[in-house]
Amino acid sequence: MKKDMTCIVCPIGCQMTIEEKEDSTYEVTGYTCKRGSKYAINEMTNPTRVIPTTVVIYNAMLPRLPVKTAEPIPKGQIFEAMAAINQVVVEAPIKTGDIVLKNLLGLGIDVVSTRTMNKC
Amino acid sequence: MIYDVVILGGGPAGLAAAVEVKKEGAENVLILERDRELGGILNQCIHNGFGLHTFNEELTGPEYAERYVDQVTSLGIPCFLDTMILDMVDQGDLKAIHVINEKDGYRAIQTKTVILTMGCRERPSGAIGIPGYRPSGVFTAGTVQRFVNMEGYMPGKEVVILGSGDIGLIMARRMTLEGAHVKAVCELMPYSNGLVRNIVQCLDDYGIPLRLSHTITFIHGKDRLEGVTVARVDEHLKAIPGTEEFIPCDTLLLSVGLIPENEITRNAGIEMDPRTNGAVVGELRQTSMPGVFACGNVVHVHDLVDFVSEEAVLAGKGAAKYLTGALDTHVTFTPLNGDGISYVVPQRVCLKNAEDQVTFYMRVRQVFKNKVVNAYIGETLIASKKEKKLLPAEMVNFKIARDVLAQYPAGEIRFVIEEATN
Repeated sequence: MKKDMTCIVCPIGCQMTIEEKEDSTYEVTGYTCKRGSKYAINEMTNPTRVIPTTVVIYNAMLPRLPVKTAEPIPKGQIFEAMAAINQVVVEAPIKTGDIVLKNLLGLGIDVVSTRTMNKC
Repeated sequence: MIYDVVILGGGPAGLAAAVEVKKEGAENVLILERDRELGGILNQCIHNGFGLHTFNEELTGPEYAERYVDQVTSLGIPCFLDTMILDMVDQGDLKAIHVINEKDGYRAIQTKTVILTMGCRERPSGAIGIPGYRPSGVFTAGTVQRFVNMEGYMPGKEVVILGSGDIGLIMARRMTLEGAHVKAVCELMPYSNGLVRNIVQCLDDYGIPLRLSHTITFIHGKDRLEGVTVARVDEHLKAIPGTEEFIPCDTLLLSVGLIPENEITRNAGIEMDPRTNGAVVGELRQTSMPGVFACGNVVHVHDLVDFVSEEAVLAGKGAAKYLTGALDTHVTFTPLNGDGISYVVPQRVCLKNAEDQVTFYMRVRQVFKNKVVNAYIGETLIASKKEKKLLPAEMVNFKIARDVLAQYPAGEIRFVIEEATN
């Protein structure tokens, strides 16, 4: 099976083609860096995405703290992940990289803060 | 006190310019910022995809901003927050920056150089003139981005987006993740105005339809938005009668372009470029007013913050050179946009100031496939760059080595799109 896809690893957006061989390996063409071929194969076998979102924060300048999954998570579990992250409430001070939710959905991936917010 | 450099805006351009000019030896540097914190638009851009060029890793907007804010802090660069800039007045060797804030009231700050980094703002609904009523529920995409990501408000549940700029695409995904139903993204042009990767990861991933060559012809609802009429447009961008369709919705987001914020620049009498809506700048981002530099979205709207930072480094170097009297003012080359290209920045090149290479940023007028971008001086082809795909949404980055330019006397450098020859 042959499939055309646009790489989303970086903003260049390479146009790639991936083909599954008879021995179940993949041949990727059109990428310009090795992250592209890795993305293409992942996209066929286990598509994943980093989820950037927010959680509630108290005692900070703003009522929301931006967070992200420290690693990409399976695409099929994005809405389940959002439901879990939306339960999180933290309190300032928080630093960039602080873990706000450990082991999201048992995936072994943490949700981390993406900015520093001081107490005020 | 007389400052060496005052930077008008503490967003990505201002932060990177401040860091660079300080590293290059300027002593008294000051950042002016109207918001309550530094970082500018990056603070609301919580999505990932920033920094792949600058830091070689994928960061979110706030993380990217924090890297620069930390450098500004460790270099001891002061900033006035919550401070509105009213005017910039040329006093010859010095410039006076008139500012106002709650704490100190009104004051004028004197400085030897200025770096303009005011960024851009969104084109509002009034500027595109959609017929119909003016109910609540119509927002620019960036406003909603701030509401959702920073203030914690969801403005609605059933959403239509007009315009396929990157902020619109990013917000289509963001609203979906937060439980809203995004019914369609309508784009007037036959191609998207956003990055291809954003179409893939923001629309395709969530099954959100992108309707190219479509516009909104009527806004319905008296107090709250009740729906929009969407119609297909012909090649002259006029709605085709009979193609109208009513889409019920409570929220309409507009992502219909960004406009450099240049009131201060215009008032100061600095030469402007009608193609970019920004100042005419040189290779080190010097404007027509000696001692005044400009970089980032206030010069031309970028699609990647990494290139804003890159441009800010040039402006920082330029201001530092001006302070030591090392900035050459003799214009060697005038870059021009030829066939297929809508603008080129910088619009002037003083070759003596250039480092190893000069980077020309440009945008194409329409979608091109398998073409080359050629640079000519007179009839001589001096550089060319082959491109598989050229999109108006994706800025072309064209580098020409200093040694190549140095072979030619002064003149125009004409950039054109031409057929690829093998």
